[in-house]
Amino acid sequence: MTETLLVLVGTRKGAFIAATDTGRSEWSLKGPFCETWPINHVIADPATGAVYAAGGNEWFGPAVWKSTDRGETWTHSSAGLAYPPGETPIKSVWSLAIRDGVLYAGVEPAGLFRSTDGGETWSHVKGLRDHPSRPQWQPGGGGLILHSIVLHPRDPNQIWVGISSAGVFHTFDGGETWSPRNRGTRADYMPEDQRYPEVGQCVHCIVMAPGNPDRLYQQNHCGMYRSDDGGLTWESIEEGLPSSFGFPAAAHPRDPDQLFLVPLNGDIQGRFMPDAKAAVWRTRTRGSSWEDRRQGLPQENAFLNVLRQAMATDALEPAGVYFGTSSGSLYASPDEGDSWSAVAHHLPVITSVETVVIRP
Amino acid sequence: MSRAEPAPLAAPVLVRLPAALAPLFPDAPRRLEVHAATVDELVDALDARWPGMRDRICDSTPAIRRHMNVFVDGERVGLDAPLAPGADVYILTAISGG
Repeated sequence: MTETLLVLVGTRKGAFIAATDTGRSEWSLKGPFCETWPINHVIADPATGAVYAAGGNEWFGPAVWKSTDRGETWTHSSAGLAYPPGETPIKSVWSLAIRDGVLYAGVEPAGLFRSTDGGETWSHVKGLRDHPSRPQWQPGGGGLILHSIVLHPRDPNQIWVGISSAGVFHTFDGGETWSPRNRGTRADYMPEDQRYPEVGQCVHCIVMAPGNPDRLYQQNHCGMYRSDDGGLTWESIEEGLPSSFGFPAAAHPRDPDQLFLVPLNGDIQGRFMPDAKAAVWRTRTRGSSWEDRRQGLPQENAFLNVLRQAMATDALEPAGVYFGTSSGSLYASPDEGDSWSAVAHHLPVITSVETVVIRP
Repeated sequence: MSRAEPAPLAAPVLVRLPAALAPLFPDAPRRLEVHAATVDELVDALDARWPGMRDRICDSTPAIRRHMNVFVDGERVGLDAPLAPGADVYILTAISGG
């Protein structure tokens, strides 16, 4: 049997799963799953193939859904996924991450939860909300959301999170204590002499370079950045890009110098791909130079927006790249962004794209 | 009659669950009888039979979710509302979404 690649798609109206073989030319699409709940993030546990979908329904609140049969059947739970009585209740689950069977969920209003039983029950990682900066955390356009969870590949006690718009925080001790990791990232919306605060940055997405846990990449509301010291300091890598604004970032599965971004035309100009021509921008030099990859992507009247969790790479050789648009198109490249084709059009608003390779 | 501890033989309340809950709890009927003295107790009783149902109806405030409604004998009520034996209870999804 050959390997199967699943592209997991979260949308405003449920989760979808696109499947293909390693050739990545023929696709099948199934969904919508999760009772068409608004789903913010869908991931898979590469060890088991279990699929988890995070979201929040207008009537029924937040939950994490789970399927162990590639989407055929689903269960959901929010047991323990709650703040203490009297606090603002959790509206939605925004992001998921899994390592060694331990599942993390980021929620709105911003907080982090952990599950050690495959998403059946959750416990609050309280230390983050105990951080003294919390009264300063302000909601971004998407709300006060914890949207990026980066787990250290070897040390289970190290976690980075991104909160809009509080910034990046890191823990060395499994979540008991946290410290800001925002030095060098701008907050252009602050008065001129306050543009490099300790917290309050509008981080949009953080990802870790493969094989190098000290290297992080960040797409911010105000610029693109690389850190080579685990987020202690950040360096701008926006030179050579058509704008400093965008939402997602996707790391290459094997090359720590390679990164994919989708620069948009600015935060108050519609947030479209520049000139209404679709392109993904790639660096193979850790951000010191950029090339636009657009073969097969629409180059006319393409008013496309890609949200913060809606781009991913796969683990195949060569690496595939995928992104979903707010207008419901899912695009795939089987060759590190060099050429593109559409997997689907007319889906609901795409909020997230992730991949998993299922090996027989 | 005690509101806090209904006599075991008191008449149950008749509960109607919203259609939208059915796919989330496939084993739950749309209409059922429950012994409960308050709406809060009723929701706990539902959760005991179908774990997780409380989280769909109530938030952690705790309160009935903003876009859920509970009507008792025709009146929209909150979690602490008492239930008389034989009360007619509708749990409904309010207008929401987009």
